[in-house]
Amino acid sequence: MEIKVLKDILDANKQIAARNRQWLDSEGVLAVNLMSSPGAGKTSLILATIKQLKGKIKIGVIEGDVSSSLDAETVGKEGVPVVQINTGGECHLDANMVSNALSNMPLPDVELLFIENVGNLICPASFALGEHKKVLISSLPEGDDKPFKYPLMFDIADVVVINKIDLLPYLKFDTDAFSRAIKGINKKVKIFPISCATGQGVQEWTSWLLNQMSRR
Amino acid sequence: MHELAITQSMLDLVLEQAGKVEAKEVRKIDLVIGEMSGFVAECVQFYFDLLSKGTIAEGATLSCTMIPTRARCRSCGKLFELKQFDWTCPYCQGNSLEITSGKELFVESIEVE
Ligand SMILES: Nc1nc2c(ncn2[C@@H]2O[C@H](COP(=O)(O)OP(=O)(O)O)[C@@H](O)[C@H]2O)c(=O)[nH]1
Ligand SMILES: [Mg+2]
Ligand SMILES: [Zn+2]
Repeated sequence: MEIKVLKDILDANKQIAARNRQWLDSEGVLAVNLMSSPGAGKTSLILATIKQLKGKIKIGVIEGDVSSSLDAETVGKEGVPVVQINTGGECHLDANMVSNALSNMPLPDVELLFIENVGNLICPASFALGEHKKVLISSLPEGDDKPFKYPLMFDIADVVVINKIDLLPYLKFDTDAFSRAIKGINKKVKIFPISCATGQGVQEWTSWLLNQMSRR
Repeated sequence: MHELAITQSMLDLVLEQAGKVEAKEVRKIDLVIGEMSGFVAECVQFYFDLLSKGTIAEGATLSCTMIPTRARCRSCGKLFELKQFDWTCPYCQGNSLEITSGKELFVESIEVE
């Protein structure tokens, strides 16, 4: 007997993600899923953002990592609540892991929640977490052909942060061509060229964040 | 690793559907996989054999239909297959494109006994 199923394989994850989203909404939290290759600057961007917004808004961080807790310790030093998820080898966070992390996060004390995903440009694109915004960080040393190699990630992103622009003088990286390629496939995407090292462009990024929060 | 989590979700879905009709055995599973999902058919088979052991889906045949990445040009409206490293419309050289397929990841049907 043949049974028509026609069901998304990731349906179960999507349902949990929807519940996370409701939970975050009821607590008035804006959640941002940060995705990138390893070393592109997810932790650095969180630190740079905390530095600028400290005292203005209450930030919380969920740190996803395959095994270590280094990033969680670094961010914890900034005095913001941090919950660490060890994925136990999985190459991406899923909605269930985030749901567990949310139970350990003091949500009434959080207005902006960063979720640092596992460093990987393929798998995190498929797993919704319940976040409000998906932010992809692509850094200069990775090259300007990344959008062509990982189209799904660039297609689903709400924001692309081009990090490490302080390295522009030393690298062959065509920022305009890169931005044009992304905008071609993803019309609505916002692009922020940033250097977490020098702080250049960070202001534009944090203004955007504040603007997203005031709209809720 | 990506495939492991997804194969588990797929198996859960299949067993749930088979359970609804009180099937004794799952013979075949038809999957539809978009090229963009970064999902490799061989890996699915590998994990499936591992995960389905001892379930009613053990030994089932997996059939994967791969869907290529296609786009529609926002300038001239034509549909075409999107090739890596070339995001330009082959008809008008436009580069504002809307992806129309390639993100699929679903169970189309199952054959049960
Ligand atoms: N030159 C430069 N280096 C950076 C910048 N942002 C981050 N880095 C460095 O890149 C490395 C990886 O950054 P990290 O934030 O840990 O990346 P993650 O793995 O995505 O969390 C660290 O050595 C950072 O100091 C930047 O804007 N410019
Ligand atoms: Mg990090
Ligand atoms: Zn065209």
